[in-house]
Amino acid sequence: MFKYFLKRIALTVPTFVALMFITFAAIRLVPGDPVEVRVGERGISPERLAYFRHELGLDQPVWKQFLDYMWQLLHGDFGTSFVTNQKVLTEFLALFPATLELGLCAMLFAALIGVPAGALAAVKRGSWYDQALMALSVTGYSMPIFWWGLLLIMVVSEGWGLTPVSGRIDLIRYYFEPVTGFMLIDALLSDQKAAFLDALHHLVLPAIVLGTIPLAVIARMTRSSMLEVLNEDYVRTARAKGLPPSQVIGVHALRNALVPVVTVIGLQVGTLMAGAVLTETIFSWPGVGKWLIESIGRRDYPSLQGGVMLISTLIILVNLGVDVLYGIINPRIRHGG
Amino acid sequence: MKKSIVFVAAALSTLTLSAAPASGKTLVFCSEASPENFTPAVNIMVVSFDAARPVYDRLTRFERGTTRVVPGLAESWQVGDGGKTLTFKLRRGVKFHSGVNNFKPTREFNADDVLFSFERQWKPDHPYAKVSGGKYDYFGDMDMPKLLEAIEKVDAYTVRMKLKEPNAPMLANLAMDFASIHSAEYAAFLEKAGKKEQFDQVPVGTGAFSFVTYQKDAVIRYKANRDYWGEKALVDDLVYAITPDPTARYSKLKTGECHFMTAPRPADLQEMRNDPMLQLVSQPGLNISYLAFNVQKPPFDKKAVLQAFNMAIDKAAIIRDVYLGTGTAAKNLIPPTLWSYNDAVKDYPYDPEKAKALLKAAGVTTPLEIDLWYLPIGRRTIPNPKRMAEMMQADLAKVGVHAKLVTYELGEYRKRAQQGEHLTVQFAWIGDNGDPDNFFFLRGCAAARPGGQNLSKWCNKEFDDRLNRAKTLSDASARARLYGEMQVIENEEAPDFKIAHSVDYDAMRKGVTGFRQSPFGIHEFNGVDVK
Repeated sequence: MFKYFLKRIALTVPTFVALMFITFAAIRLVPGDPVEVRVGERGISPERLAYFRHELGLDQPVWKQFLDYMWQLLHGDFGTSFVTNQKVLTEFLALFPATLELGLCAMLFAALIGVPAGALAAVKRGSWYDQALMALSVTGYSMPIFWWGLLLIMVVSEGWGLTPVSGRIDLIRYYFEPVTGFMLIDALLSDQKAAFLDALHHLVLPAIVLGTIPLAVIARMTRSSMLEVLNEDYVRTARAKGLPPSQVIGVHALRNALVPVVTVIGLQVGTLMAGAVLTETIFSWPGVGKWLIESIGRRDYPSLQGGVMLISTLIILVNLGVDVLYGIINPRIRHGG
Repeated sequence: MKKSIVFVAAALSTLTLSAAPASGKTLVFCSEASPENFTPAVNIMVVSFDAARPVYDRLTRFERGTTRVVPGLAESWQVGDGGKTLTFKLRRGVKFHSGVNNFKPTREFNADDVLFSFERQWKPDHPYAKVSGGKYDYFGDMDMPKLLEAIEKVDAYTVRMKLKEPNAPMLANLAMDFASIHSAEYAAFLEKAGKKEQFDQVPVGTGAFSFVTYQKDAVIRYKANRDYWGEKALVDDLVYAITPDPTARYSKLKTGECHFMTAPRPADLQEMRNDPMLQLVSQPGLNISYLAFNVQKPPFDKKAVLQAFNMAIDKAAIIRDVYLGTGTAAKNLIPPTLWSYNDAVKDYPYDPEKAKALLKAAGVTTPLEIDLWYLPIGRRTIPNPKRMAEMMQADLAKVGVHAKLVTYELGEYRKRAQQGEHLTVQFAWIGDNGDPDNFFFLRGCAAARPGGQNLSKWCNKEFDDRLNRAKTLSDASARARLYGEMQVIENEEAPDFKIAHSVDYDAMRKGVTGFRQSPFGIHEFNGVDVK
């Protein structure tokens, strides 16, 4: 297990180098010079353009810029935004809790509904419930997030008036300084107790929208994994022992069926980040997804490079974590290493 | 299933009901984006100016909702030495915001603050010159380094500005956001604490609202400055809810999550007009979109050809189909909201037959091959450049002109157009300071050099003499007369096809009163109340 773990860590090193190179190269392949994009139609005199390009180091050969960037990264410096002149890490850390809060809630929503729904479909295989769930999951998986979000806002927020349209908290009623950046926690820490419910209220729609695709994936995965497990000898044995069906399914079957589901949940982190970009834009959610999109538009190289590096690091870490979890859920892997 | 929907609905409405009651009067503005930071001098985006507006004052200011320059932190001024000296008497008893970022001012606003605010942008060795990247775009773009000879403190409440040449638009320049007056004492306070970089992030000014907090991409909060010297805030708190998606802004306006929104989608305008809970205001912005003809290249060196092109394109169709009601047809370079607008000028009619005849008379053989450059991305000034170009192309085909559509990435596009590589080019201009000179220079001889902003490369002595003379006069009515004549000359010579002035829209809830739309597209909330 330990050796396996070390090997996994070693494998991340080339991934990082490749990432650095890809993020660095990709944004430079997009036409548009950061200084020129900033001034837009107004234009800039050639002298000022040359001066600012020099100040930002953009007049250096690209290979040198890349080496400088690697050197910076190795020293833990993610650079300074061209647009706001703030440290990229500072901006990321200010925005990331919002994305994490939304992502966790979306995942919680997806797992809490997806796992039992999928398990039930497996148990009742071939029933109308099973078929309906599978049809729904295909719909959910193919749902364009943008459309789904706007539809929910129109119906649930505007039509029925049940949830707020966007944002993280009612700005008129509540005001407290962020402590952790997680609105739910900050609301609890503040002296305005009703703020917690309001923050939760604001989370409902974005979490549903962001959680829809993972929900569909998890439900399908749980179902097929359960179907496999239900045919295993040990399940038959458990049944033969006379254990009640709830225990057979809940303890013996589901626990074993969860192994691939956990992997899928881990892999969904990437999907979540991609979905967060859209969800955050629709719901004016101040997270890193929206920030990255804006960085592309403004050719803010440091923000984009730094942001992608930081997010990728997190995704890699989550995948490592999933591998460890694997071992905990499935002793065969733990002992096999 | 039904039961569970009812349950969720009940749970959600409980959440709504359990919220705490409001205290004080709050105005929520659904704004478009996060500011770059809070110092307009180092910024370039209108959203950044909007975010700094509540906090700062300037020596002169634009009367709310107009382009008229009136006293701001300078109570009065005198123009001397043939227009080369401006002496400002500063307002007394003006207080800087206290308590922001633990800063407590010990003195009132005076000449030191004025000197600090300009020298930071002007003198490269100023202690704050390099803070926040040191890009003083507007200071440079408005030619301040070329115009300024000296800025001197005569006494604590008198500042003298010496210019290298007379320049009437200077007073309007000083009302622009980049000329916001900062506290020199706050700068020294931060410098001492080793936190200079906070100067542009946590703003201290003399404005109608003082800064409270900012969370990137989420919210900016301000509170009313009860000591304000000018038109006071009528609400206690001002909140900018940063909401980039226009559909989400509109939804929030409808549900009352914000009182005021900017930049609605054209497609939503009709519904907004019909909604009894909302009010929609609009006016042509300080902008112009045009198709410039390169008069240095044949066949555009002939006046008849230029006039023929002006008659060959159906402007009304473009306004209808490209602007979708968010533009008014332009016949002059300046919009009708700007002083000196000459309404007597008659626009060319859409008349393809006459255009054909003019082309023939000018000796142009058809089919004539030309290029037509269109902008790579849409902006408010030209919402759909490609569609517009295609419509022009179709119209021109009817008079025997084959236009090849060309585009480049924006920076490249501008550079090549300024070099004069095109035959015809689509472009737009957004005014800065509400002075007509800021538009007419676009057709001046100085800007017609390669690399200059005169994309028609047109240099007309009669026009240019008046342009240069108007800049040196301080009498507004004499200037207006010259600008009026220039519009006639430019119309006759037709070096461009003027398309539209795009219209700025703002929408608000019924209970919002006292808002006046600014021709500059910026938003000011002192004097605005909410019921």
